[in-house]
Parts: sequence; structure tokens; C-alpha cells
Amino acid sequence: MFEATAQNRRNRKVEGLFRLLFLWMTCMLILPVALILGVLIVRGGPAISWEFLFTQPINNMTAGGILPALVGTVWLVVVALIASVPVGVAAALYLSEYAPDNRLTRAINLAIINLAGVPSIVHALFGLGAFVIFFRFGTSILAASLTLAVMTLPVVIVATRESLQTVPLAFREACWNMGATRWQTIRKIVLPNAISGILTGVILEVSRTSGETAPIMFTGAAFFLPFLPQGVLDQTMAMSLHLFVISTQVPDVPEHMPFGVALVLISMVLAMNGISIAFRVYLRGRKKW
Amino acid sequence: MSAEPVTSDTADASAAILVEKLNLWYGDFQALLDVDLRVRAGAITSLIGPSGCGKTTLLRSVNRINERLGYVRTTGSIRLWGLDVLDPSVELAQLRKQVGMVFQRPNPLPLSVRDNVLFGTRVHLPDGRPPNRAESDRIVEEALREVLLWDELKDSLDRRGTELSLEQQQKLCIARLLPVKPKLLLMDEPCSALDPAGTEAVEELIWKLRGDYTILIVTHNMAQARRASEECVFMLLGEIIEHSDTASMFLNPANRQTAAYIEGRYG
Repeated sequence: MFEATAQNRRNRKVEGLFRLLFLWMTCMLILPVALILGVLIVRGGPAISWEFLFTQPINNMTAGGILPALVGTVWLVVVALIASVPVGVAAALYLSEYAPDNRLTRAINLAIINLAGVPSIVHALFGLGAFVIFFRFGTSILAASLTLAVMTLPVVIVATRESLQTVPLAFREACWNMGATRWQTIRKIVLPNAISGILTGVILEVSRTSGETAPIMFTGAAFFLPFLPQGVLDQTMAMSLHLFVISTQVPDVPEHMPFGVALVLISMVLAMNGISIAFRVYLRGRKKW
Repeated sequence: MSAEPVTSDTADASAAILVEKLNLWYGDFQALLDVDLRVRAGAITSLIGPSGCGKTTLLRSVNRINERLGYVRTTGSIRLWGLDVLDPSVELAQLRKQVGMVFQRPNPLPLSVRDNVLFGTRVHLPDGRPPNRAESDRIVEEALREVLLWDELKDSLDRRGTELSLEQQQKLCIARLLPVKPKLLLMDEPCSALDPAGTEAVEELIWKLRGDYTILIVTHNMAQARRASEECVFMLLGEIIEHSDTASMFLNPANRQTAAYIEGRYG
């Protein structure tokens, strides 16, 4: 009565096959990440030293450190965040909490999706035209960061909107039915419970911004500039462009240097992601419903 | 409060809610047909009827939360203490302060018990500043005592409202309404998510609140309507079929359909 039939055995075999297939695909996914990290650590590891991180490049960038690029990337990311986070969060709040479901809203949503799909080189040209030339910011941190901000705005909006939508409607209704306005509801209930998702979006933006090359090439990043930026209207070096330059444009760079730059860049990104995950775990631990 | 008999006199002050010729459409579908209803102040009135009969719609019309759907159209009047709530000049925040609502699923906010109780005062305080510590403590204690939660929760006011048992959550949701001194409480099947013990406890609480508040309660549960209400309104297909005091409706229904429904022949 309870013995396996031929059909049961076949089912079990197919089941096992698919399980293996999916497991294999998952491993395939992790493999490139592991390989990249492995190669970078092995070949770039020897380049890393205090001197590498905290001194100027010398000898036509074939020796010395990467300090101006490191500092430049931090500048670019911070200014881009200051420009995009308030706008992105406000837009997401409007779309998620206030916007009626009408044609305008749908058009805006479509625009956001399209903005996310625009190639970064097109953003670069837009930034050149709009910020460098039209607004006369010149090639500067400001122009480059604003270009990055426009490019990553959809990330912030989508992440924020999604995290706002994970806050159950029942909480909003409870507030509205006590006479709370939308804003009171947002401030007291929705935002505090969505903040972890919003932070995740912000940090995603940081990792994406710090690695972008094309958008900053024409708008504010310099090929070689051996001093630190003093303000947002200065040009600056940046990690991503520096990596491109010493890998392809400068002769006789010792092999470990570009790997070292890549390792520092990816460590920055991974560190940001790590912080984001830790934050999320911490905030999720506090929220129970 | 007074235990005067139900009369058809519409002008007297004992009517908390006076609904006249209320028609309501969801898009093309008419959910309420010429509803006339007089709810006695200080009493518990239950709305009963099969699913889709319009009882929840009627309940949700009183504090106008139906309107949020956008495609709702209403004609007629709903007067609370003589004032028409459908008037465009009505400030919804004030209306909802006066008319508290309890939902089928307890919906405490993801805040501490204390902040849940104080939420209303914070939303509605004239200058937007919360009351001081001593004042808040008094408000919290008073509200929780009123819903019989104080002894259970007085040492855990910092626990999240969402972590309590369902029964406690539902009581907390009622407590949350009280500090802003509503006159009317609307309850939409307040016990249907609770186990029998929780149901009994919340029913007991509702019974205790009568007199201080006018309570309009939608229920699917005949036994509950019978136990925990003083007047009963039977609705069918968007119309009010019968409205009488609970005892006589259950002992001696005037209408054949009412009788069939309360005997459980359909539902």
C-alpha cells in the first residue's frame, strides 16, 4: 500500500534533477564574484599599503599612491547623495503616499523606469550639456555629482517606494481613521518603518555611484591631478577613471597597481554593502508586526 | 444613560445618528437604498445581515472612510447630533476625532503600548505639542483602565502594540480611541479575528462602554448581536428590513426574512 510505484520513482528522479540544476545555476552566480575577488586579492593585494592609499601618484602614475582618486571618489559620492537622496525620497513619498492613480502618475512611473534604463554614457553627455555648459559649472565635482545624481535617482526612488509599500496599509488606515493627516501618518508611522529599506537604496546608490566611469569622464573627473579638491567647483581624480587610465592609457604601469586600485574600489563597495546589510538586520530586529 | 423606548420621533436629542434617505453607489452598483436609521445615544446598536447587505458600507459612511475609494457617490443625509457629516464643509479630521473606529483585524500601530494610546492626542492636540509626562501617564492609565488592560500591561507599556495577543491588541485599539473623547464608536466585526475567550472579553468591554459612548457595531455573529447589543438593525440587499430592540427582534421578529436570517436559514 505504501510502496513507491514506478511513477513515484520517476517523479523523485525529476525532482532531484531540477534541484541540482537550480543549485548549479546558483553556484554559477556566485562563481564570478568569488573569482573576481580572488584574482583581485592575489594580484592586487601586494600593492596595498598605507603609502599606496595615502600618497600622491608619481612618475607619470606608474608609482606612488592613489590618494587624490580616493578622496575624489568620496567627494563625488557625497555630493551626489546630497543632491539625489532628498529629491528621490520626496518623489517616492509623493508617488507612494499621495499620488492618485491617474495618467500623470503612470507617466511619471514610466519616466522613472526609462530613466533607469538610459545608458550611462548618455547621462554623461546630458551632464556635459546641462551642468557643465548650460549651468556653467564647468568640469567640476558639482557637475559630475549632479550627473551621477540624475543617473541614480531611479535607484533611490524605486528602493524608497518599495520600502514604503512594505509598510502595511492597515497602519495607514489606522492613522487616517483617527484623523491623522497623510503627513502625520508618514512622519510617525510610515517613515520610521520604511527607513531600513530607504537606507538600503541609498547605499546601493553609493556603490553604484562610486564605480561609474562614463558619467564623470566629461563632467568633472580628471586624468591626472596630483592634489586634493578644495571645493565642489574643482576638478578631481576618481577611482574608477584612474583605474581605466592606468590600465589602458599609461604605458609601463606595474601590473599590481591597477589590480590594487580595483581591490580598493571593490572593498569600498563591499564595505558599504556590508554596512547596509548590518543596518537592515539591526532595524529589522526592532520591527515586529 | 436614559433607557427610553425607541420612538420614531426624529427631532429629539436622544438620537446620536440620524440617517435619512441615504443612497450610496459604488460606481454603478447601488449598495444602500433609501436607508433611514435612528441610533439612540449611549446605546449599543448592532447591524446584522448576510454578507453584502450593506451593513459595513453603512458603518463606513458614518465617518466617511468609504470616500477614500474614490468611486463612491452618496445622496441623503447622515446627521450626528444634528449636524450633517456629508456636508462638504465638514473637517474630516474633526469628524474622525469624534467618531472612533475599530476594525475586524486589530490594527495597533507599530509603536509602544504607551505611544499607541497617546497617538490620538498627538495627532489632535491644538498646538501640536504632546502633553507632558505626568499628563500622558494619566491619559495612558485612564484609557487602559477603561478597556481593562491596565493590570495586565501596566508594567509593559514599552512593549510594542503589535506584539500583544490579539485580544489585547483589539482592546488597545479601543483604548487608543478614548483619549480624544469620541462620542461615537464604530466597530466592524470587532471580535471576528479573536478566539472565544478573546471574543467574550472584548464583548464584555463593549458592554461596559455603553452609556459613555454610542456604539454602532457590525456583526456576523447572531449570538453576539443578541448578547452584546441593545438594539438591532437587520439589513438585506442594501435596505433596512427591521429595527427594534434586540430582545424583541430575536424573540419575535416582525419580518419573515428577519426571522429566517436569525434562525440561520441563510447567511
